[in-house]
Amino acid sequence: MATITTPNGFTLDDSGKRVVVDPVTRIEGHMRCEVNLDESNVIRNAVSTGTMWRGLEVILKGRDPRDAWAFVQRICGVCTGTHALTSVRAVEDALGIDIPENANSIRNIMQLSLQVHDHLVHFYHLHALDWVNPVNALKADPKATSALQQSVSPHHPKSSPGYFRDVQTRIRKFIESGQLGPFKNGYWTNPAYLLPPEADLMAVTHYLEALDFQKEIMTVRTIFGGKDTHPNWLVGGVPCAINMDGAMAAGAPINMERLNYVRSVTQRTIDFVNNVYIPDILAIAQFYKGWLYGGGLSGKNVLAYGDIPDRANDYSPENLMMPHGAIINGNLKEVHPVDLRDPEQIQEFVPHSWYKYPDEAKGLHPWDGITEPNYELGPNAKGTKTNILQLDESAKYSWIKAPRWKGHAMEVGPLARYIVGYATGHEYFTDQINRTLSALDLPVSALFSTLGRTAARALEAQWAAEKQMYFLDKLIANIKAGDSNTANTTHFDPKTWPSEVKGVGFTEAPRGALGHWIRIKDTKIENYQCVVPTTWNGSPRDSENNIGAFEASLMNTKMEVAEEPVEILRTLHSFDPCLACSTHVMSEDGEELATVKVR
Amino acid sequence: MPETFYEVMRRQGITRRSFLKYCSLAAGALGLSPAFAPKIAHAMETKPRIPVLWLHGLECTCCSESFIRSAHPLAKDVILSMISLDYDDTIMAAAGDQAEAIIDETIEKYDGNFILAIEGNAPLNEDGMYCIIAGKPFVEQLVRVSQHAKAIISWGSCASWGCVQAARPNPTRATPTHKIPGIADKPIIKVPGCPPIAEVMTAVITYILTFEKLPSLDSQGRPKMFYSQRIHDKCYRRPHFDAGQFVEKFDDEGARKGYCLYKVGCKGPTTYNACSTVRWNGGLSFPIQAGHPCIGCSEDGFWDKGGFYDRLTDVHGFGIEANADEIGKTAAGIVAGAAAIHAGASVIKRIASKGDDA
Repeated sequence: MATITTPNGFTLDDSGKRVVVDPVTRIEGHMRCEVNLDESNVIRNAVSTGTMWRGLEVILKGRDPRDAWAFVQRICGVCTGTHALTSVRAVEDALGIDIPENANSIRNIMQLSLQVHDHLVHFYHLHALDWVNPVNALKADPKATSALQQSVSPHHPKSSPGYFRDVQTRIRKFIESGQLGPFKNGYWTNPAYLLPPEADLMAVTHYLEALDFQKEIMTVRTIFGGKDTHPNWLVGGVPCAINMDGAMAAGAPINMERLNYVRSVTQRTIDFVNNVYIPDILAIAQFYKGWLYGGGLSGKNVLAYGDIPDRANDYSPENLMMPHGAIINGNLKEVHPVDLRDPEQIQEFVPHSWYKYPDEAKGLHPWDGITEPNYELGPNAKGTKTNILQLDESAKYSWIKAPRWKGHAMEVGPLARYIVGYATGHEYFTDQINRTLSALDLPVSALFSTLGRTAARALEAQWAAEKQMYFLDKLIANIKAGDSNTANTTHFDPKTWPSEVKGVGFTEAPRGALGHWIRIKDTKIENYQCVVPTTWNGSPRDSENNIGAFEASLMNTKMEVAEEPVEILRTLHSFDPCLACSTHVMSEDGEELATVKVR
Repeated sequence: MPETFYEVMRRQGITRRSFLKYCSLAAGALGLSPAFAPKIAHAMETKPRIPVLWLHGLECTCCSESFIRSAHPLAKDVILSMISLDYDDTIMAAAGDQAEAIIDETIEKYDGNFILAIEGNAPLNEDGMYCIIAGKPFVEQLVRVSQHAKAIISWGSCASWGCVQAARPNPTRATPTHKIPGIADKPIIKVPGCPPIAEVMTAVITYILTFEKLPSLDSQGRPKMFYSQRIHDKCYRRPHFDAGQFVEKFDDEGARKGYCLYKVGCKGPTTYNACSTVRWNGGLSFPIQAGHPCIGCSEDGFWDKGGFYDRLTDVHGFGIEANADEIGKTAAGIVAGAAAIHAGASVIKRIASKGDDA
């Protein structure tokens, strides 16, 4: 290849040293990344590969559509519930089922609590070690750490010098034991880490605090869904009936005690995000604001479907509290509407994916998708089919398909939502962005970066926690007004269904725009397709050689040490990759698939 | 000297006296005589952390997500003070070569003395390349590590039974741990559930560390302490089943009164798990309490045992006594003859399996 320029504006040069990272860790699922570095250790070519495939939609074929949520929920246990919600929406769309207002509020509370939980756990437990050095925290002065804590977050109760000294002692004992556990073989001498010891100690302390606290956030889903991970959902509403003051309310799913519990958790969630997560992001960003790599596609093409309907059953952009729209070529003045039903808008391509199409120059809309696995390595790959040393990106190289919106590779996720929100004048988002940029003394262009992606996620957690309280209040107000309904069962019985229907459901998953497309025939699933956030972001090249968001974001980043992928991990993690989500797309031809590949 | 559980508790301001009291409570909770309390205390004070390699195959990470929700003990304390979680690609700092080097190092340094925990399973089709780790099939990594482990924990329904990717027609030939060709002949503890209950996961670990032995397993390889009873056996809605009071459809009067969910598809009568006893997320609730029928997620092949809203039998109009038995019989028949009825004299009829000593 040597040097080529892609239609979406990136110059790729594969002549330099090739570095392979496999597995990429601290993500959901399995992923590989290869880059070429020039003589100054700057990334000049990037190749991202999904390395797993499960084939869930073929498994769905012929099943009861009312059960689909449970299957697709198991696409991902990290964004647990978002696939289930997308699925019940797709089935309800196909069957024309309206849900009660209370069900809408409860679903929104569950979805918003997922946003907060997922973002918080992602930042502290999957991403923080790209910015924070726990070994360096041992050098911190606990008193100075306490002063730092009190200056960045005066309302957080855990801020005494003694508290930080105790945590430091615990970390020291842990490290000195020689059994480093998850910190083993980390890159702790790499100059890419920029925090002073006190900031490292504060952040490591919050790594542990957040690990303790995150389990509380999700308990609202245990109340409404019975368990977490993987709570329960229902086509037509929610399964948790409400009984406020009737006989046997104490044994009912939702009563006053349960709602009080939800309120308590929601308030503590708001406090934790405001007092810990947001201040940490600002504090860490202060030290990294000169490191503005990783923008990739974010300054060009971003996509959001929107989510969180204020009133039930209205999925128009005006009623969605999360932004909707597509931005092309960085033109923030024009936000395009997105139609998930239009066969010309969302299409998936496979010339660089391990699947086969009759005509691979063309893309297919999810309702008409074909998925036939076709695992093969290109002529320039090194190694063998079961021991890959180096991939050949001029051929097929990933279990992820390449979705495109009107032919464009798009970035999705919190940053995409914030950019669309900023462009459409979403008041809350815009205000948050302006305050953050002003606190850091950065221009708007700084948004289009790894740091921007990480910050947008935190801002969104703050928004989501507040909106969770909004919907709890709304739920209670509606019950007070005399409506205790939680499920519409008029069309629950398959005997009431038309013989052939199709539908689409969408959400904004924590990682970005998520759509499920379903066809139902004679009460069974005829075809089921998911196009998920990491399929967009982790997409390989398409027939025109456009690169996807992961690959674009790594371009032109300087690595401090070629053998230590700190910067690669930092930028890939800023997307919060979810590979189990992205690599399972399936189609009508499923049954053949089961036999084609048996060896 | 590695930090011990005792030191953790001390640092949290807990005195030795309270610690010993905790230990005797723990012994009580585990059904042991108070004489065991000193033994538990000793184990927690002195034990160095056992290395754990936690591998991930085809899965959704719900087991890890469940694990970090453990209320007692906290996941933080398990990771910092009880085990040495040296490899877990979901949370480890290292990646690529530096991550894979840890496996070699652990095998060399702790051969036969570490625990292999598996989340997910290995696909065997396409020469294993539906799940690739470091350029090679995941199944190779799994088999190799198993040969050097002391024992294997199969987390969740994926590793235990195959779970969702192994549901018909199982396109990738996703295969649970114990059926992987070449897997070492080591004890395998299955902790099924999609996911398993967090506190069950951490209890299995703390039991092994505390008693320095593996928990007793039933004929299917599950710890008896958590998997010897059906959800139905201890369900708080069981009296409504016995009284013939059922939810007929979602959000009806019965649903609002917390009646039995059997008629809307509850698989509690055929599902072995601790949901109705230990409950979820620190004992807060469980699916039936929140109004949804049990979908049977800890049972082998639960995805292929009929719809989640199909009742286990079509018997209508049963009442209190004999009809409850009818239900029991039909329900037990669903699990392919593995279960039988032991008719009891009381109102509450127990359904027990031949396969274990429930």
